[in-house]
Amino acid sequence: MDKISSVTGVGVPFRRSNVDTDQIIPAVFLKRVTKTGFDDALFHGWRQDPGFILNQPAYQGARILVAGPDFGTGSSREHAVWALRDFGFDVVLSPRFADIFRGNSGKQGLVAGQVPESDIERIWALLEEEPGREMTVDLESQTVTVGALSIGFDIDAYTRWRLLEGLDDIALTLRNEQAISEFESRRERWRPRTLPVRQSAGAE
Amino acid sequence: MNSATQKPRTLAEKVWDDHVVVKGENGEPDLIYIDLHLVHEVTSPQAFDGLRVAERPLRRLDLTIATEDHNTPTLNIDRVIADPTSRLQIDTLRRNAEEFGVRIHSLGDKEQGIVHVVGPQLGLTMPGITVVCGDSHTSTHGAFGSMAFGIGTSEVEHVMATQTLPLKPFKTMAINVDGTLRPGVTAKDIILAVIARIGTGGGQGYVLEYRGSAIRALSMDGRMTICNMSIEAGARAGMVAPDQITFDYVEGRDHAPTGQDWEDAVAYWKTLPTDEGAVFDAEIFIDADELEPFVTWGTNPGQGVSLSQPVPGPDDFDDPHEKVAAERALQYMDLVAGTPMKDIRVDAVFMGSCTNSRIEDLRAFASIIKGQRKADGVRVMVVPGSARVRLEAEAEGLDQIIKDFGAEWRFAGCSMCLGMNPDQLAPGERCASTSNRNFEGRQGKGGRTHLVSPLVAAATAIRGTLSSPWDLSIDTAFAPTEEVQA
Ligand code: SF4
Repeated sequence: MDKISSVTGVGVPFRRSNVDTDQIIPAVFLKRVTKTGFDDALFHGWRQDPGFILNQPAYQGARILVAGPDFGTGSSREHAVWALRDFGFDVVLSPRFADIFRGNSGKQGLVAGQVPESDIERIWALLEEEPGREMTVDLESQTVTVGALSIGFDIDAYTRWRLLEGLDDIALTLRNEQAISEFESRRERWRPRTLPVRQSAGAE
Repeated sequence: MNSATQKPRTLAEKVWDDHVVVKGENGEPDLIYIDLHLVHEVTSPQAFDGLRVAERPLRRLDLTIATEDHNTPTLNIDRVIADPTSRLQIDTLRRNAEEFGVRIHSLGDKEQGIVHVVGPQLGLTMPGITVVCGDSHTSTHGAFGSMAFGIGTSEVEHVMATQTLPLKPFKTMAINVDGTLRPGVTAKDIILAVIARIGTGGGQGYVLEYRGSAIRALSMDGRMTICNMSIEAGARAGMVAPDQITFDYVEGRDHAPTGQDWEDAVAYWKTLPTDEGAVFDAEIFIDADELEPFVTWGTNPGQGVSLSQPVPGPDDFDDPHEKVAAERALQYMDLVAGTPMKDIRVDAVFMGSCTNSRIEDLRAFASIIKGQRKADGVRVMVVPGSARVRLEAEAEGLDQIIKDFGAEWRFAGCSMCLGMNPDQLAPGERCASTSNRNFEGRQGKGGRTHLVSPLVAAATAIRGTLSSPWDLSIDTAFAPTEEVQA
C-alpha cells in the first residue's frame, strides 16, 4: 500500500445518499478472479445513463468522491473498495459510512473521511459552481480545502496512521517478521509439511 | 510455559497458547501462527492477485497445499469444463499454483478431492496444529484435536504472505455426549441433534469441544462429520481431544511424522486433552442412548427432528422469530405440519460432501443397499470425497454394490453439496442429502434438501420416502463403524 499524506485532484459532487455496495459494484462482477481491473464495474448500473455524473467530461480523472450520508451500506464485499480504487478514487467523503465499508477502505488504501452534512453541502455547492474543480484532502492536518473553504474531517487515529505510513494489515504483521522467524525456528519437526511431496509405498 | 503452576486449561486454550507469536496488548489481537493452509479455487484468486500486486512472495510453500473441488464436474473429468466461470476459476488456480510454486492436486490426480477430505487422508491434518482454509467447513479438521477454522479472502492473502493471522481468543463450549448410540444411529445424528438443541446461532463466538463417552467411541471419520457441522451451529471451530484412535489414524499416512518425530509428536499430543478442572464458558449435555436417526425438515440445519416424528408447525415454537422461520420453511419445503416425516417422498438421494464422503461413510451406505434395488423414480448419486477414496472404494468392490443398486458412481468433488457445478437439483425437487446445508437453493435453485446420515440416505433410497435403517426388513446389517474398521 502506498503512503498517502495529501490528495489533490478533481472532486465529484455526488449528490446521493445510501449508496449501497450493490450500486457501487453489482454482484455479477463478484465472479471475477482478480483483485484489480474493476474500474468498468464501478457504479455499473448508473453508468449506463449518459447523463450520470461520472460520464461527464469535467469529471474524468477524478480522485475525490464527495457523497451523501450512509455510503457503502449492504454486503461486506471488498470489491466495492477495489472498484473505487481502480477507477481512480483515493478519497471518499461522506457524513456517515457503513462500518464494514469503512474498515475495508482502511485496509485497501482508500481514505474514507467523515464530514458533517452541512459542510458536504458547502463542498457540493463549490464543486458544482465550477465542474472539474480541484480540491485537496490533507490527511496530515485532517483538512479538506476547496478554494477558500477549509474544513476539518474525521477519521479514526489508527486508520489515519496506517494510511500515512502506507501500512496494510499484512505490512503491519510483517513488522513482526523477526518474531515470526523466531517462532518458526522453534517449530517442532513433527509438525506438518506439504513439501517435499511424500508418497507411501502402500498407495494404489 | 510452566505447566505445573498453570491453571487448568482446555484443549482449545492449549493449542492457542502454543501458537501465539506475539501476544496482543490492550485488547489487540494475538498474532497466531498457522501450521497448515489449505487452498481451493473459489476463495484464492484475489488472494494470489493481492500478493502479485504488492509483489510479495508466498511465505511458506511447504505449509500450503491446493486442490480443486467446488467447481469440478463429477463426470467426464477428462473433458474441458463446460461452464466458463468454473473453468476460469480452475484455470486461475492452476496458473497461480504454478507461478507461486504451490503444491496442487488437480482433477485426475489421486489426491484431488474436497479440501477437507484431502488434508486428513495425506496425514497433514494432525493433533495440536492450526489449520485454515478459505472455507467455513475447515472446522472438520478439529476432529484431530487441531484448531481449524474458515477465513475470508483477505485473510487467505494474509496467511499466504505471513503464515500468521491476528486473532482474538474464542470462548469455549463443552458439548458432552455420554452414553451409547443404538445401532443405526451415527455421528451425523449426534451433530444434527446438537444443532437442533443449541440453534444455528448457539455456537457464535465459541470453539466447541465434543466430549463424553459417545464421542470417544467414534472413529475419526465420525468425529470429522461432527466437527464439520460445528459451523452450522454458528461456531468458529469444533474440536475433539486426540486419543489412541486419532494416533492410529494418522500413523503411517504419507505426511505423518516418522521415527523420533513420531515419538515426540505423540508425547506432545498426549498432553493436549482438557485438564481436570478446566472451566468452559458454556456447557451442554446430550444423552446418546436417547438419540434416534435424525432429519431436517426446514431450511436451516437447526430445523431438525427425529425421523419418527411428524413435521413440526409454527405452533410448536414459542419464539416469534422461530415461528415465522418455520412458516417460511414449510412453504419453501412444500410440507404440511403434522405429516409424519417418514411419509415424505424424495426425488433424489445425494451421498457425498465433506460431511459424509469418506470411505467409512461409503461403507456404511453400501452395507444397507447391498443386494437391494433403489426405489423407482429416485435418482441416487454417490460421490466420493476424494479420488483416493474412490479408488479405495473400488478396491473393496463398493462401486459395484452401488451400481448394482441403480445409483450413479461419480468422480470426487463437492458435487451436489452446492449448486456451483453441474450436479444440481431441479426446481421443486426434493433430496435426502448427507451434506451439511439445507438452505434455500443450496443444491440448485428451488431444490429442497433434507439433511440425513449415510444410513438414512441408504434406507431412503431403498424405500423412496425418508426412512431410517430401522424401517428396513432386511437384516440389521447396518454397520456400527467400529465393526467395519476391524
Ligand atoms: S462439500 Fe460442500 S460444504 Fe464441503 S467444502 Fe464442498 S461445498 Fe463446501
